[in-house]
Amino acid sequence: MNVNQHTPMAPPYGQPQPSYGQPGYGQPTYAPLDSGYPAPYAPHNGPASAYHPGIPPQAPPPSSQPPTSHYSAQPQPSYSQSHPPASSAPSQLPPSSAPAGSQQYYPSSAPPSQQPISSLPPTSQQRFVSPGQPQHTFPPSSTSYAGPAPPPTQPASTPVTQTQPPFHPHQPPFSSAPGGQPPAFTTGPPPPAQGSFPPQAPPPSSQPGSFPPPSSVSSGQYPSSMPPPQQPPQSQPPTYHPGPPPPQAQMPPTSIGQSNHQPPGPQGPPSPTGPLQQPPLQQGMQTGAFGQPRSPQPGYGGPYQGQPNYGAPAPTPQAQKRLDPDAIPSPQASDMPPVQKSRHRIDPDAIPSPIQVIEDDKAKTTEPFTTGVRGQAPPLVTTNFQVKDQGNASPRFVRCTAYNMPCTADMAKQSQVPLAAVIKPLAILPPDETPPYLVDHGEGGPIRCNRCKAYMCPYMQFIEGGRRFQCSFCSCVTEVPPHYFQHLDHTGRRVDCYDRPELSLGSYEFLATVDYCKNNKIPQPPAYIFLIDVSYNAVKSGLVSIICQELKSLLDHLPRENPEMDSVIRVGFVTYNKVLHFYNVKSSLAQPQMLVVSDVSDMFVPLLDGFLVNVNDSRQVIESLLDQIPEMFADTRETETVFGPVIQAGLEALKAADCAGKLFVFHTSLPIAEAPGKLKNREDKKLIGTDKEKSLFQPQAGFYNNLAKECVTQGCCVDLFLFPNQYVDVATLGVVPVSTGGSVYKYTYFQAESDQERFLNDLRRDVQKPVGFDAVMRVRTSTGIRATDFFGSFFMNNTTDVELAGLDCDKAITVEFKHDDKLSEETGALMQCAVLYTSCSGQRRLRIHNMAVNCCSQLADLYRNCETDTIINFLSKYAFRGVLNNPTKAVRDTLVNQCAQILACYRKNCASPSSAGQLILPECMKLLPVYLNCVLKSDVLLPGADVSLDDRAYLRQLISCMDVAETHVFFYPRLLPLVKLESGALPVAVRDSEERLSKGGVYLLETGLHLFLWVGASVQQELLLNIFGTPSFGQIDSSMTSLPVLENPISQRLREIIDSFRAQRSRYMKLILVKQEDRAELMFKHFLVEDKSASGGASYVDFLCHMHKEIRQLLS
Amino acid sequence: MTTYQEFIQQNEDRDGVRFSWNLWPSSRLEATRLVVPVSCLFTPLKERPDLPPVQYEPVLCSRANCKAVLNPLCQVDFRAKVWACNFCFQRNPFPPSYAGISEVNQPAELMPQFSTIEYIVQRGPQTPLIFLYVVDTCLEEEDLQALKGSLQMSLSLLPPNALVGLITFGRMVQVHELSCEGIAKSYVFRGTKDLTSKQIQEMLGLMKPAATGPQGRPVAPQDAAAFLQPIHRVDMNLTDLLGELQRDPWPVPQGKRPLRSTGVALSVAVGLLEGTFPNTGARVMLFVGGPPTQGPGMVVGDELKIPIRSWHDIQKDNARHLKKATKFYEALGNRSAANGHSIDIYACALDQTGLLEMKCLSNLTGGHIVMGDSFNTSLFTQTFQGVFSKDHNGDFRMAFGGVLEIKTSRELKVCGAIGPCVSLNSKGPYVSENEMGIGGTNQWKMCSLTPSSTLGIYLEVVNQHNAPIPQGGRGAIQFVTQYQHSNTQKRIRVTTITRNWADAQSQIQHIESSFDQEAAAVLMARLGVFRAESEEGPDVLRWLDRQLIRLCQKFGQYNKEDPTSFRLSESLSLYPQFMFHLRRSPFLQVFNNSPDESSYYRHHFTRQDLTQSLIMIQPILYSYSFHGPPEPVLLDSSSILPDRILLMDTFFQLVIYNGETIAQWQKAGYQEMPEYQNFKQLLKAPQDDANDILETRFPMPRYINTEHGGSQARFLLSKVNPSQTHNNLYAWGQESGAPILTDDVSLQVFMDHLKKLAVSICLLCP
Repeated sequence: MNVNQHTPMAPPYGQPQPSYGQPGYGQPTYAPLDSGYPAPYAPHNGPASAYHPGIPPQAPPPSSQPPTSHYSAQPQPSYSQSHPPASSAPSQLPPSSAPAGSQQYYPSSAPPSQQPISSLPPTSQQRFVSPGQPQHTFPPSSTSYAGPAPPPTQPASTPVTQTQPPFHPHQPPFSSAPGGQPPAFTTGPPPPAQGSFPPQAPPPSSQPGSFPPPSSVSSGQYPSSMPPPQQPPQSQPPTYHPGPPPPQAQMPPTSIGQSNHQPPGPQGPPSPTGPLQQPPLQQGMQTGAFGQPRSPQPGYGGPYQGQPNYGAPAPTPQAQKRLDPDAIPSPQASDMPPVQKSRHRIDPDAIPSPIQVIEDDKAKTTEPFTTGVRGQAPPLVTTNFQVKDQGNASPRFVRCTAYNMPCTADMAKQSQVPLAAVIKPLAILPPDETPPYLVDHGEGGPIRCNRCKAYMCPYMQFIEGGRRFQCSFCSCVTEVPPHYFQHLDHTGRRVDCYDRPELSLGSYEFLATVDYCKNNKIPQPPAYIFLIDVSYNAVKSGLVSIICQELKSLLDHLPRENPEMDSVIRVGFVTYNKVLHFYNVKSSLAQPQMLVVSDVSDMFVPLLDGFLVNVNDSRQVIESLLDQIPEMFADTRETETVFGPVIQAGLEALKAADCAGKLFVFHTSLPIAEAPGKLKNREDKKLIGTDKEKSLFQPQAGFYNNLAKECVTQGCCVDLFLFPNQYVDVATLGVVPVSTGGSVYKYTYFQAESDQERFLNDLRRDVQKPVGFDAVMRVRTSTGIRATDFFGSFFMNNTTDVELAGLDCDKAITVEFKHDDKLSEETGALMQCAVLYTSCSGQRRLRIHNMAVNCCSQLADLYRNCETDTIINFLSKYAFRGVLNNPTKAVRDTLVNQCAQILACYRKNCASPSSAGQLILPECMKLLPVYLNCVLKSDVLLPGADVSLDDRAYLRQLISCMDVAETHVFFYPRLLPLVKLESGALPVAVRDSEERLSKGGVYLLETGLHLFLWVGASVQQELLLNIFGTPSFGQIDSSMTSLPVLENPISQRLREIIDSFRAQRSRYMKLILVKQEDRAELMFKHFLVEDKSASGGASYVDFLCHMHKEIRQLLS
Repeated sequence: MTTYQEFIQQNEDRDGVRFSWNLWPSSRLEATRLVVPVSCLFTPLKERPDLPPVQYEPVLCSRANCKAVLNPLCQVDFRAKVWACNFCFQRNPFPPSYAGISEVNQPAELMPQFSTIEYIVQRGPQTPLIFLYVVDTCLEEEDLQALKGSLQMSLSLLPPNALVGLITFGRMVQVHELSCEGIAKSYVFRGTKDLTSKQIQEMLGLMKPAATGPQGRPVAPQDAAAFLQPIHRVDMNLTDLLGELQRDPWPVPQGKRPLRSTGVALSVAVGLLEGTFPNTGARVMLFVGGPPTQGPGMVVGDELKIPIRSWHDIQKDNARHLKKATKFYEALGNRSAANGHSIDIYACALDQTGLLEMKCLSNLTGGHIVMGDSFNTSLFTQTFQGVFSKDHNGDFRMAFGGVLEIKTSRELKVCGAIGPCVSLNSKGPYVSENEMGIGGTNQWKMCSLTPSSTLGIYLEVVNQHNAPIPQGGRGAIQFVTQYQHSNTQKRIRVTTITRNWADAQSQIQHIESSFDQEAAAVLMARLGVFRAESEEGPDVLRWLDRQLIRLCQKFGQYNKEDPTSFRLSESLSLYPQFMFHLRRSPFLQVFNNSPDESSYYRHHFTRQDLTQSLIMIQPILYSYSFHGPPEPVLLDSSSILPDRILLMDTFFQLVIYNGETIAQWQKAGYQEMPEYQNFKQLLKAPQDDANDILETRFPMPRYINTEHGGSQARFLLSKVNPSQTHNNLYAWGQESGAPILTDDVSLQVFMDHLKKLAVSICLLCP
């Protein structure tokens, strides 16, 4: 079986050849963008002409080879389009760039007489385009094109490789390929190509020809292009961005709008052009991706170029061969020595490599990502990039599984690709991006659609001279209130549209009026209540004094809106064991007062005034209290605790104060004292693997569900810090935090010395992080789809409103969409996520995120524009929720099945016909199997013997509110070889497999929750000295939790890296030192997810084989 | 022999006893015909500075169901060293320690002048006094400050070893831990939840819950150390704590009463003491500034628009919470009484505070009830200080855990007692089946006693008519009072009295002259008040009237059907007048009094000694004028003259009333002029007298200084006999005096009717 999807390419070749040939299909996803651009540019330069010629010839073949699978489809369209533009481009280019890139593109695309030429698949796109003529459609189309485009450019840039491919078709290419950079890959592809594509070969060859030109062109273009971009931006600003962001900054993006990826394309060329400003960067990128491909490339570079379309094919073949000897013509094998060798053992390098994909995306992303273009997939979460909001929400707020939604439910069902969005409403943006503007529509409140109540957004169409607007969600026409009236310009836009964030941006906030407040009362500022377990365990472990000590300084860092001002959040303190102790810390008191409530069966708050206080007013009293708490309980012998009443107490306090707020509960043990919510130990390992296993994930008693409901009603968010020494039933204790938008932190066997740092950092971050209270989230969508399911930490009373007692900046909610009607390609699919919440200053606000994606009537389009990371996020949450009600095995099977269907559908409908033995994966989903395998192997779905029930429940709950970046690293940990630390850049990660570890190396592995430093047994003394200050491996203290501070560049850099990793994650990762062949290594190996796991999880290769088998079964 | 007056006085001074009859009719039948039962007012702890307690155990009759104490009435055989019990005639040997007795060497208890004797005994460990403050924090700021001041002051009055505790309440109930340094700690209870004593003790950590045993281990007193601490150890702490007391912090919305959990607070207080110091002298002092508005014992809801129950509501059965609350407080009072803890109620508010429902707490346990307008008045502060007044020995005028036992000679049985006590349900040979007051027992418990606490004891002559008592036979009664003295000593006071029997047929004159009309009036009044607690007002009045008529028929001298011929002997002459004023008194009349006030008045009436009780029935009126020295005058409207200053003492109020002319003079400022010094002195005289009364009276009376036409003059006008009203003003001609605008009958009319009825032949009367 061919792992690479390239094989299919072959067929496409015929048709798409033009496109393929040029860009190299394999890159479709990446390429698109670039290609789009390059095309235009190409035209400009001489090369373009070269291209075209090439294409035309290809065109003909396409007809013969419509089958071009997915790739073909995608590429083709893109290509064809790109080409057309290209052809026309020369002339158009200048203008296009000047006015509005997007528009120009369209025209360019429109003209594409070539489209017809392009194969069938393209037609769909073409249609798109043509209809797309409307400006809106355009951008997307352009993007789509752009997508494919880039690859072409890339190939162009790396003439060598490209050239090779063309040759490869025959053996020569192969050989050359190997000779080139990514022997494996390129070679791989070639074989298939050969087999199936001999015909293609020619096209490639033609391409090669074209390629060189491109490169030259590119260089040529660049100069030319460069200027245009600059101009366009300017021109564009007026139309597009003018309002919101700085024109210039956007400019590039805008121009890119259609072509974020363009840069790469052009870049290729630029390298030569060096002189240009952008070029250097681009070059760098390209080189990274292409030229250097070295280690990563082998797998990647090959796949990259080849995989996507053409180049890729080469690599795939290899894989295929290995997997399915019969799948691929033996010739290839024979051609490829390496392949042959590995025949019976699949070469891990030949199968899609996450690292390669990640690195490629990094390389490709050089420009800020602008959101103005519909249906454009953002860079991967692993890539650092800047976002410019131009009408759609930033990917930091919203990420979708598919940016081309199928138009009909049938398509969706057929493909089985989940349609979902991961929304992180209050995500923190990096400092160089502007946080959402606050819009005040006055006393009347935000302007909304009369019928569906959607909020004013860029999608609203103003009609009748601006007196009314038509809702783009439900088509209802609503009067514009007089105070909001504004005239329209000749394009039908409001004149003030760039002055108003809600008309020009994807994300913004409205100031809510009193109508949006609970009980029609302006909310009180929220309160934070700290509830500290002071039972024997907590005191003995030093926990109580640590907390008290920390709170003293932490209270100065409560969230606030204006950093200049003091926080208005009030605080309160409770300690408890079997009874609760409230504290009166009123500022007028000389000493705090303790109020003991023993009536835990019927909880109440013993005091109001003096319990919740302003930190500054009561500082003396609070400090005195925090000093005394550890002393007071130093001699406690109470071991039993309650839990339900503790939350009730906080809840009642908030009720009494009539405000929302957050409870910080620090708890140590299973609550067995007589009280509501009392639990019994039900950990029973025997149930694992049985049908009753699911009951272990369900809460023991309904009590906590009801309590959670009450908490949500009051806006009481609960954060739970657990310090268990044994089973505490996280599944039950976590119910309230999870339902109220809170977090659970767990520190098993907490020991002050080793865990203090992690706990305190978590606590600090948790207390300080921005948070909204009493929130309600509603996702509105355009007619045709509907948000049907939600995953995350929240509570739902009905089917539409997501209620979050608290919503902090780290919480993401995954929303699944289902069709209830047809969507139209013209209008695409819109979604608007509105979150009504109370800010930390007590202001009631609405945060709006708008997102528009394309719709497609061709499955190929769908498969071209998906985001695997997001899909995995969805699938994992879906599966982890599934274990509540289904046997774990059933859940696992469902996952595998769905995944197989997705891929089978692709294979069946989008990939070119080829031997069934070939495993053909869509470019954008080629990592789906490896990631899915990670999900299947996770502790929740496949627990090892040493994984406690609590751990599983904890992880299960934790995943439910993770965003894409977190799930990504959680399931596929980042493994960094610590080499060449002196230089500024991070070393390139390696794949999570033991094979990749060198005995002589030191590696850093992070999962978002854990951080390991693995030290090889025969590591160089020098490195040891530099890192640990000891010359001998044996002397390394494996219990250390932080590295010694040494004054050498390696140590400094390593510590910097560790710090930066920690800074990226919402939870502090404790550093665990693992020496090779140490006992702790077992735990470490658990995270080498490409290998077989001790608990029986399949290795990547095995799983891929399995997946292939499944697919074949489905297809047969 | 001296007069009966002297005899009575002497007996009262020595034994604290006033009998209605000082000669007892010798048969049951005759006794019932006397109308007023053989009964007495007994003041168990009457102050006897001249009576030094003896330091040994009393000698008891050895018969198991007698156990009477050796007393002067016993026959003693000095040679055989044997004494005969005068109640059961059992012959008892003296204990070895009495070996040396002889006619000339008699122990004190055999001497006639020691008919009352007090023993100090060593029984069990001496426990310090316990004072548990239960403080309402739903007060106005001023009130709270004043109260805090009073409480802090009271700490300095307590003996250093006394245990103190503090419970505060508002919407919640807080039990303050006094032992801790630094952080002030308190246990909080929700004000709406009724908890059992066991739950309370568990929640206070006083009892290990089921874990250690099925019932939980009863707590040792030291476990309560956290909540009840010797004052000398926590003086500073507690003073600070009181100083930091805040008003109840829960907001009170417009139109609502503050939520006040009096019921739960008391329940917690009782539960705390019950678990830690059962059968130990303790005083729970409740300070409230308003009615309980939530939880068990709620008297009124928190809606201000619904007023607290009035007599009208109660009569119409419209008082929603009355029965439930009363039941709750009764149960609480009984529990507290069972453990020997007394409950004081200090209620200061302008409106009612629910005393009607809560009165039983104090009535059953011998606690005080003090009612005032505000804690910020001298009425409260001085009364409260009065609680801690000390006698000549420097001991508190309070005693705890009193148990009174009555033994009678065979011809008598005990019907019951009325006063601040609860029955101990001790059935025995002395108990009559005929109950009057709290009956069915010959033992009562008085959790708290003061030297003036007085019980009305009702007896029954059971000797049959056909079993005459030998001439010269005497009946005897022994009162044995065991109590904990305020200096923590256990003491027993024994009073043995005796009276002669008389044949009512042959010696009716003697019996008549032995009648103590003052005592009889008070005793009958107590019976009336006791009935009034459970019966409708008119029924009680009718009963009283009938008793009075029958008494007059029995002892009056008259010709049938000739009212003008009716005469009463001197020993009965004042009795009808007492009854007249009693009928108008707030003890029986609820008109113009709130239920709380009625309860308050009745509470004090049933515990004060004879003198005070009489003042309550018929207030004393003094007149001050230039015409002569101050003199008592008739409590009659005719006494209200323009040139007089009147001083009226109703026990609860002290009214100084300036006559019209006096008031004008005062307004004109004559008293400031040197030439009218005498006027100044005249003005001052009643004030000085009033001050004397104020100093000694407990509780402090309301002091009212008013004048003719003043609004406060109503206090005087409502008390005097309305001899002149708007109805007869002109008929009475020009005689001076002030007419009272009332339709009440005057004494004259009352007497006229009484005479008419007394002389008429009543078919019901023999």
